[in-house]
Amino acid sequence: MSENYFKKYPSKDGFYKEYGGAFVPPVLEKEMKKIADSYFTISKSHNFISELRSIRKHYQGRPTPVYFCNRLSEKYGGRIYLKREDLNHSGAHKLNHCMGEALLAKYMGKKRLIAETGAGQHGVALATAAAYFGLECEIHMGEVDMKKEHPNVARMKILGAEVIPVSSGLKTLKEAVDSAFQSYLKDPDNTIYCIGSVVGPHPFPMMVRDFQRIVGIEAKEQFFDMTGELPDNVVACVGGGSNAMGIFSSFLEDDECSLYGVEPGGLSLKKGEHAATMTKGKPGTIHGFKCYLLQEEDGQPQPVYSVASGLDYPGVGPEHSMLRDINRVTYDSVGDKEAIDAFFELSRLEGIIPALESAHAVAYALKLAGEKPHTSVLVNLSGRGDKDLDFVIDNYGKDYQI
Amino acid sequence: MRLTNIFNNKSDLLSVYFTAGFPELNSTISVLEALENAGVDFVEVGMPFSDPVADGPTIQGSSTHALNNGISLKLLFEQLEEAKKRVSFPLILMGYFNPILKFGVERFVERCVECDIQGVILPDMPYEIYDEKYRHIFEKRGVFPIFLITPQTTDERIKLLDENSSLFLYMVSSSSVTGKSSGNNMQQLAYFKRVAEMKLKSPVMTGFGISDNKSFKRVCGYTNGAIIGSAYVSAIKNSVDIESDTLSFVKRIRG
Repeated sequence: MSENYFKKYPSKDGFYKEYGGAFVPPVLEKEMKKIADSYFTISKSHNFISELRSIRKHYQGRPTPVYFCNRLSEKYGGRIYLKREDLNHSGAHKLNHCMGEALLAKYMGKKRLIAETGAGQHGVALATAAAYFGLECEIHMGEVDMKKEHPNVARMKILGAEVIPVSSGLKTLKEAVDSAFQSYLKDPDNTIYCIGSVVGPHPFPMMVRDFQRIVGIEAKEQFFDMTGELPDNVVACVGGGSNAMGIFSSFLEDDECSLYGVEPGGLSLKKGEHAATMTKGKPGTIHGFKCYLLQEEDGQPQPVYSVASGLDYPGVGPEHSMLRDINRVTYDSVGDKEAIDAFFELSRLEGIIPALESAHAVAYALKLAGEKPHTSVLVNLSGRGDKDLDFVIDNYGKDYQI
Repeated sequence: MRLTNIFNNKSDLLSVYFTAGFPELNSTISVLEALENAGVDFVEVGMPFSDPVADGPTIQGSSTHALNNGISLKLLFEQLEEAKKRVSFPLILMGYFNPILKFGVERFVERCVECDIQGVILPDMPYEIYDEKYRHIFEKRGVFPIFLITPQTTDERIKLLDENSSLFLYMVSSSSVTGKSSGNNMQQLAYFKRVAEMKLKSPVMTGFGISDNKSFKRVCGYTNGAIIGSAYVSAIKNSVDIESDTLSFVKRIRG
């Protein structure tokens, strides 16, 4: 049955019902088709699969464990489990699709990888993949995010990537995408744009999802091994939605599993103070695809904000947009404050410092566990929090006796 | 004046793109008057969008500026209704799809008709999606899309777009964004020749990277004329006298 779902979505032209597609200028149109064709032929080849499997095991350190949170469950109720993507090499789930995309780039004979990054996790992962395959790497990052996430900027530079500061607009993720597109258009022949999430024109949402499916495939088996059943609830944070698609994809057809996508509620749900796309957005097109979009009356994207740089994007993956419409996934939001609380709770009760992005999913899981104490909750802990330490201490340290 | 008449009666056409609501919110009409007085053949009025993926820094900058000035589609149509009384050369609109989607595609086309807009260039709207979902809305009212072709577009696709064009084809001079110099290489020449030899039924206008008399003359040798955007936007960016700056700009291009 699940094969059916993946054969059906996306359609040949990259649509998930009305969402997705490739709304791109002709220069990109041709390039996208080329990447899609290569993806379909190369990524299904025996050599490609063997090489990627070997990388997953020996380089990334997969499978990452599923871990039962003893003290957290005791305090909040329920049975809380974490899929430990923070233990994936380079500290987040992002490397799963970066290694896939870079391997594809190598097979296609590309010389250079280019991408945007929000929190820097995708940038670090891509710089890592570039180093592994000996490719050039150019990462576009908003100046605001560069300041906030400077450890990741340093990591990218150490890994040999060129980091391009983006100073237009709000100087965050959306502008970084614009800037990366521009640079990509200058030399599409030698470059591949490795978009950082399940967003952008077809085939990217599909490719990134497929490379992230490893998370769900492992988690489902591991959880079953540990408990003899499937999780009652699966929770993941959603900015563009790559880690969420990764874990959800294995449970979409298990109706007994409730799936929750957690968006950043920021300071409040007032315009400009959040990035809760599903809660407040309307269908629209941005960056070459159709999705729920936070937009003004006249169709311009709205300014967005979240404490988690990796989540503040006015759009969301097209597949998520569809999953919302067909009511398969429940999308809800968690604000800055709850996310920071969860960040400290997980750190102090379990000794695991989560990324601020992932802390949104943890916060929602704690709430769910309280509401449904006799159920199990599997959280995709998509990244580790090392990059956020200075920011959290400077801005919230006092509230937590630091 | 209809666009088709212009193509039938004249060569070495000069078309100019400018961003609506730039440099001032109400510049739209004065810029149009200046362009007509300077002898520009027809104009593309840019509908600003905050994330214009096909445009370089110049037009990105003017778009952001115009949006900050408060331009919107609704306001632009009001300006165009006024402009229609003052200028008579053909106008087409150019911009990204989302503001139109939000405005309502039918309402958008209706407003185009009311404002005498003959065609639209939607760089992020692929032909297939237009054909499947929106074609009937546009054709019913006689507003026609202008499709872009690039050096990578295959002959087969160029033919398809040619057959489905009612106004002209927009030949993008290189695989790049607007406002980049188009270079002078053999590859580009081969592309120009390839398209010229296809003997298309539609007129062809060349755009992207044309900024002076030399580049204008060059593309006129192969196609019906040229579209200039970024160079003009830069020319009026800090202008205190748009009328005379436009005149000297056009003189410089035409040579």
